[in-house]
Amino acid sequence: MDVAEKIRAEFGERVDLAFRSPKRLYLLVGKGDLPAVARFLFAELGARFCTASAVDTRAGIEILYHFFFDQLSLMVSLRTLLPKPSPQIESIAPFLKGAEWVEREIADLFGVEFLGHPDPRRLILPDDWPEGEYPYLRSSD
Amino acid sequence: MKTIIPIGPYHPLLEEPEFFKLVVEGETVVDMDIRIGWNHRGIEKLAETKTFDQLVFLVERICGICSTSHPIADVLAQEDLAGVEVPERAQYIRSIVAELERLHSHLLWLGLAGHFIGYNTVFMWVWKYREPLLDLFELITGNRNDYAMLRPGGVRRDIYKKDLPAIRKVMDELEPANEMLTKAILDDPVLNARLKGVGVLSKEDAIRYCVVGPTARASGVDIDVRRDEPYAAYDKVEWKVIVQEDGDVLAKAVVRLLENFESIKIIRQCVDRLEELPEGNIWNPIPEMPPGEGIGHEEAPRGECFHYIRSDGGNYPVRVKVRAPTFSNLPSFKASCLGETVSDVALITAGIDPCYCCTERMAAVYDGSNRRLYDWQDLVRLSQEKTEKIRKELGR
Repeated sequence: MDVAEKIRAEFGERVDLAFRSPKRLYLLVGKGDLPAVARFLFAELGARFCTASAVDTRAGIEILYHFFFDQLSLMVSLRTLLPKPSPQIESIAPFLKGAEWVEREIADLFGVEFLGHPDPRRLILPDDWPEGEYPYLRSSD
Repeated sequence: MKTIIPIGPYHPLLEEPEFFKLVVEGETVVDMDIRIGWNHRGIEKLAETKTFDQLVFLVERICGICSTSHPIADVLAQEDLAGVEVPERAQYIRSIVAELERLHSHLLWLGLAGHFIGYNTVFMWVWKYREPLLDLFELITGNRNDYAMLRPGGVRRDIYKKDLPAIRKVMDELEPANEMLTKAILDDPVLNARLKGVGVLSKEDAIRYCVVGPTARASGVDIDVRRDEPYAAYDKVEWKVIVQEDGDVLAKAVVRLLENFESIKIIRQCVDRLEELPEGNIWNPIPEMPPGEGIGHEEAPRGECFHYIRSDGGNYPVRVKVRAPTFSNLPSFKASCLGETVSDVALITAGIDPCYCCTERMAAVYDGSNRRLYDWQDLVRLSQEKTEKIRKELGR
């Protein structure tokens, strides 16, 4: 059973296949299911969390969580959409230490709130940066 | 009694400032906090204003030491997006430049680590052997740094057959030097006493913190993007991934020293192949950048360097995400520094090979009513004094 099938067997219709090539796998996941799928990839399937990348789109803040399977040469990216005006998602940092800084960076730059983050302080923005201004949003251009 | 030692954040001459807050009880570090962002240059945002060709030059300026790692990750992302094949000759050239960079970066680290523990002879010797590498870069790329060799679909400049003997000569001279350094460090009882068991990052913590590169490999995590998702010519040459189990500073030094031999091996094989391949075919143009997204990652000297690019079909990317290896490795200090002494912090910090020189700044230690001033030099001095003490105890 390959990675896509294992995820499908665990989560069924809650995970949608968006794109697939021999080395890349993009999956669409609802924001409610994302932490569970991320935990499954990291803790059960042994993937390494590379990073997460946020994009400001018309519909909301889209986040891609990139996991790499070193032994399989496969990058799995979980795509989820957080609707504006107050983009929120449950943090994956409580079970994935390596995501702590990644989420803090996205919170600083895109204004995403990571619920349950163990240390939700600013990481990149200075302490005197105005509240509610997020430099990587299109509205800040 | 708990005392806070702040280190950082700025030195105006250096890149990438960081801020470390150490909480110590006596000599022992009991807690720490790291803040970054003092020199955030907004390169991801700036990238959205560059064309795909210009982007490679922009990301080359993210880091001066691994100035070819970001361009490689970037062109890999662009090629992933566009589905373009790279000519064979360009693949070998990419590997040669990347491995030369790994050699000079690992040697730079080794020299500085030597300095931090008070072995300035190591520092001077190692940097002497590093210098010919930079001259070699100048010969084959035109520059000692920021080589501008990469371009989406290939490389910008050929390595001509007339220059190949120069590469072989530098490798022939570097190999015995690296062997001498490796033996000198592994056999030295003082260095063993100083580095062994210091700043241990366990395998579990390495996985939990998602660390990359030599930091991960020194803790028994067998990952290397060069093998795990081969790019350039790494699947066409013989070499092996170096893994150590101990996770201490000594293991990190051993990983880098042994990786140098592998780099020399890779470069020699690539040079042999360049001799056989005809000169000239080094670039396949990308006629059109389709809408979509691409991921490129490669093994920089400090670990996996990750780039994500999204295109809307125009000439500019709509989003570029860069994750440098130190961003993954830095948080692991919290696992490797706690319980260690202040005199080891400089060394443990150096162990992951961050741009630690950036931490050089005055720091104040408040101790009740007495205010003492410490700076990075003081931490280095504490570290050097500890080596001296061990040396005396061992009677050497």
